[in-house]
Amino acid sequence: MNAQLHDEQPAERGARVIPLNAARQDEEPAERHPLERRVAAGLAFLRRRLAGEYEVDEFGFDPELNRNVLLPAARVLYERWFRVELAGTEHVPRKGGALIVANHSGTVPLDGIMLSVAVHDHLERDLRLLGADLIYQVPVLGHLSRKAGHTLASPADAARLLAKDELVGVFPEGFKGVGKPFGERYQLQRFGRGGFVETALRANVPIIPCAIVGAEEIYPKIADLRPLARLLGVPYFPVTPTFPWLGPAGLLPLPSKWMIAFGEPMPLDDYGPEAADDPMTVFNLTDHVRETVQQMLYDTLLRRGPAFF
Amino acid sequence: MGRTVSSMPSTAARVVLVTGVSRFLGARVANTLQADPRIERVIGVDTVPPTTSLGRTEFVRVDIRTPSIAKVISSAEVDTVVHLNLVTAPSGPRSRVKELNVIGTMQLLAACQRSPDMRKLVVRSSAAVYGSSPMDPAVFAERDEPVEPPTSGYAKDAVEVEGYVRGLQRRRSDLTVSVLRFVNFLGPGVDSPLTRYLRMPVVPTVLGFDPRLQFVHEDDGIEVLRRMTVEDHPGCFNVAGDGVLLLSQALRRAGRSFVPVPAPSFAALGDAGRRFAGMSGFSPELQRLLTYGRVVDTTALVNELAWRPKYGSEAAFADFVSARGLGRTVPMALLDRLTTVLGRE
Repeated sequence: MNAQLHDEQPAERGARVIPLNAARQDEEPAERHPLERRVAAGLAFLRRRLAGEYEVDEFGFDPELNRNVLLPAARVLYERWFRVELAGTEHVPRKGGALIVANHSGTVPLDGIMLSVAVHDHLERDLRLLGADLIYQVPVLGHLSRKAGHTLASPADAARLLAKDELVGVFPEGFKGVGKPFGERYQLQRFGRGGFVETALRANVPIIPCAIVGAEEIYPKIADLRPLARLLGVPYFPVTPTFPWLGPAGLLPLPSKWMIAFGEPMPLDDYGPEAADDPMTVFNLTDHVRETVQQMLYDTLLRRGPAFF
Repeated sequence: MGRTVSSMPSTAARVVLVTGVSRFLGARVANTLQADPRIERVIGVDTVPPTTSLGRTEFVRVDIRTPSIAKVISSAEVDTVVHLNLVTAPSGPRSRVKELNVIGTMQLLAACQRSPDMRKLVVRSSAAVYGSSPMDPAVFAERDEPVEPPTSGYAKDAVEVEGYVRGLQRRRSDLTVSVLRFVNFLGPGVDSPLTRYLRMPVVPTVLGFDPRLQFVHEDDGIEVLRRMTVEDHPGCFNVAGDGVLLLSQALRRAGRSFVPVPAPSFAALGDAGRRFAGMSGFSPELQRLLTYGRVVDTTALVNELAWRPKYGSEAAFADFVSARGLGRTVPMALLDRLTTVLGRE
């Protein structure tokens, strides 16, 4: 009897197990679904791309390509290589026009790309950068930059973007900043001619100062081969500890630790658009923004500590 | 560029002269204008007889490069001139095209200046006057100066034509002058260097560049010209469909196979095409457009006419594609089959 009971009990248990198994069998297709969905979504994406069924704006910005191809590629560098830390994201408005003004460094302008990733992933906005005209003369770089939402650094383009309530980013130092020698790291160069202040005044949008720490160490520029730069028609030809000595491997950026900090927005409402025509106001504001960014740079640099760990 | 006080036909067109009437745009504009009962006479002039029937449009075979155009204008008491003679396709040697475009316009404008009956001038210009360069702003408005002014071809002609039109405006401030800068026309009836380029069996593109393009549908272009003729809208206006297409995107939508070639080879290809008979090749202007692209702002036109083009750039392109029977290619069918197979499982 006991044996029978014992026999029955496992049978009962077994009977209880069967529904569980059945439930698991039901779950299995559900588990396969996400993969299938991803394959289907991938195919649908491929089809849309091949059929040209996507939209671009008048600047050539292709949000779908940016979201699915360009940003994911940059995100690998952002998360794994530079381990970017963000601060002050609450200072960036979630909607409406604003002008982010940041320092520029790193020999190769990767800071712009990392800032785009930061803004897209953590602020859920598309950053529209203003780039040097050299970018648009170079094959491939020009159209990829447009597809990523960036455009030429011209007052007309900046005004048009801000009028569309876009978040615009600018590096007023330009090549002077990105191509400065390693010895001058974290020292802001001249902030252009203050064109960005004029644009912000005319569009009546706040200026958001931004400090990017870490880009200075990715390609430490220790020398500049000027004759070669002139020959190639580029602003500088850098020599770093690894480039050109290690060949293509020298193109790999050093894995420095990055921090990006946004400062408090500077509202320009008090000045009014006519202040854009007063050079003294523009100069003073330019200096003020520059000093703010410089101070933020020093603070963020202290917070970061060692460059690579 | 003053704005009109009222868009009422205060200086109603009575006798309209259309130049370049034997070509596609001229013929269609003449046909549209003659349907308007308020216009008493439509006179079409060209150097060659029209290939299609012009209806009640009176055709006068006259070369606008000669002073005889003045006789036509004075004897018919023409009050409105619609100047559509700008030759944008490289038909024949460059020197002859330049003669037609520039000297023809000078003679025509000289005749207009003399005529006491003249009230209005509508000029077909081109967005090519803005040139095309990597330093361009993303969007050109009418008041913007070109960064690199065009140095050759019909684009340079258009710049010169606009210069002469401004000269006439200074001397005859009583005239209503409308200058229209059209982007590339597209539609079922358009035959232009661009449409020929798009219909090549394998379309070459410039390696590493993907220009932004805009198109205006022929119906919209003709409607703009009609309204400029029967209403008063002085000024200079960009004319384009809404929206922008990238060249790669356009070619994909048309199901064209394309092969990117380096810029020097692209230029050489264009030269070779021009040299061999029967092929128009790519003009330097087209090469620059297909490298750097160009986008114009049409806000001024939309505000002035309180009207939007019926076809956006995408719709104009789609109409061109369907009219020419261009369409999907094999990979797309394969992809669709793959998707349905996966969907069934």
